[in-house]
Amino acid sequence: MTGNCCENIAGCINMREFIGKSVFNGIAIGPLKIFSKEENAVKRIKVDNPQEEIERFTQAKEQAKAELGRIYEKALKEVGEANAAIFEVHQMMLDDLDYIESITNMITTQEINAEFAVATTGDNFSEMFAAMDDDYMKARAADVKDISNRVIGILQGNGTGGNLGDKPVIVVAEDLAPSETVQLDKSKVLSFVTRLGSTNSHTAILARTMNIPALIGINYPEDCDGKMAIVDGAKGTLIIDPDEDTLAKYTKLREEEQEKARLLLELKGKPNVSADGKEIKLYANIGGVGDVASVLANDAGGIGLFRSEFLYLESDDYPSEEQQFKAYRTVAENMAGKKVIIRTLDIGADKQVGYFNLKKEDNPAMGYRAIRICLDRLDVFKTQLRAIYRASFYGTISIMFPMIISVNEVRKAKALCEEVKAELDAEGVKYGEVELGIMIETPAAVMISDDLAKEVEFFSIGTNDLTQYTLAIDRQNPALDNIYDSHHPAVLKMIQKTVENGHAHGCWVGICGELGADTTLTETFLQMGVDELSVSPSMVLKVRNQIRNSKANK
Amino acid sequence: MKEFAYTITDPEGIHARPAGIFVKEAAKYACAVTISKDGKEVDAKRIFGVMGLGVKCGNEIVLKCDGEDEDAAMAELQKFLQENM
Repeated sequence: MTGNCCENIAGCINMREFIGKSVFNGIAIGPLKIFSKEENAVKRIKVDNPQEEIERFTQAKEQAKAELGRIYEKALKEVGEANAAIFEVHQMMLDDLDYIESITNMITTQEINAEFAVATTGDNFSEMFAAMDDDYMKARAADVKDISNRVIGILQGNGTGGNLGDKPVIVVAEDLAPSETVQLDKSKVLSFVTRLGSTNSHTAILARTMNIPALIGINYPEDCDGKMAIVDGAKGTLIIDPDEDTLAKYTKLREEEQEKARLLLELKGKPNVSADGKEIKLYANIGGVGDVASVLANDAGGIGLFRSEFLYLESDDYPSEEQQFKAYRTVAENMAGKKVIIRTLDIGADKQVGYFNLKKEDNPAMGYRAIRICLDRLDVFKTQLRAIYRASFYGTISIMFPMIISVNEVRKAKALCEEVKAELDAEGVKYGEVELGIMIETPAAVMISDDLAKEVEFFSIGTNDLTQYTLAIDRQNPALDNIYDSHHPAVLKMIQKTVENGHAHGCWVGICGELGADTTLTETFLQMGVDELSVSPSMVLKVRNQIRNSKANK
Repeated sequence: MKEFAYTITDPEGIHARPAGIFVKEAAKYACAVTISKDGKEVDAKRIFGVMGLGVKCGNEIVLKCDGEDEDAAMAELQKFLQENM
């Protein structure tokens, strides 16, 4: 790699940095290549025979659809069905009667050329999307422009598609239309940098799928074509003509990153077995249906904590049984038989929901929350349980109850589960085997974990709350950060005791709090006999690496 | 004429892709099919119209089928909405 910079002193001063917004992390180093579209300059021309123009338009539209069909097939192979689907939508847009009628009417009434009618209609429709109050829909304006430009290109006899040359480059453009990105030779693209575009644009989505850094909102200079540059996806910066030190620093960073990515990729599909042969389950925590994709991408063995609060937080009123059922079923189905542990509603404390009309409390962490609300508001609780049981037919679902402090609470919750099952039986609604468990997040639950273990099939230790209650430290109070110690021996002994009591009475024991992902404790947990760790999806492979390098026996 | 009100539960609302699939389904029937949101009614067989409604999770839409095969259309499209959106 030879930089243009630093061959003379003046070159060094040329280093320039541009700040934009990152849509995918990573580092890319290489020459910039400005991707310019062929200009479809469209002129308004009066025509004598509008019927002929309509005929030209219809043929161009059919050809555009055929091209899109081929692009769809290419995208299907390269970037998968979900990303390819947009080209199917593009074909449908070309068949939309509103779109076609607008074009043909314009040709007939104004006696103008097809190109101009397509361009004007394309602008009008794309403005409609640009004016919508939804970022996703705003970004669709680019789709309308894209299909219209394709038709205009065909009408004008232009070809489309970018030629990048034979060396890998950082592609720089005003904006990239989906059909343009897909036609680029992927092995030649190090990164995408655009002046426009949004985090919802197809370029952004494609970058994520291809695992390459991408920036948007970079106001790059026009004279940058061919210059050496660095894309820092973490910081959202583009550095043009880097000096030698900067280049060396980033080259090293990129190598480290590649090494890490390679290591982690190697760990995909590998069992979570310690160096001395002990296996532990490694699941992921999710807070919504949308997180499932990253659970699967990071190869987690199941979902160890599905926070059901999102259904309540995102809604203006109590979510219906049907709404909840759909969300749970979608997750269960996507996990295809792998375990999905749904934690029943845990609101109150730091998670407030308006329509519950909860009173303001002086000490909400120790107040009216989670199971305490649920056992009071049986209507709300039963709606959720019914939704979960119904969804259990579509996969492997377990239920866990949060904030337990007594055997009595567990028995009440279990009795409600029995009620729900009896109702469903009476209605002839099918459901699956559902394992029941509880969160261990209060010192009370730890102290009576032997009795609690007789009631349920598993424990999941919520280390965040357990730490705060054990140490009597409010975790929302920043003044206490310096003494908040999640490695405190009291906390570790709480965990140890829970595991021992759980195992003595046939319960398996997992950890789903932040401590589960703390790799400095992975070995300790293995040695304690913890059966499962549930961590955020992005931590799964890192923790797996730690497990495989740890010893379960001291 | 048949009518059916439905609240969208898909977290993403009616995005481009589901809109496309729905339009394809609606186009299978001879009867007129419309959906409306907040009083704005569009032809459910036209993708720009459906996308232009900007339907989000939690929005209520009303599906109408009017014409000879309205019973079959309503049954299928209602099922489709409930299962996919």
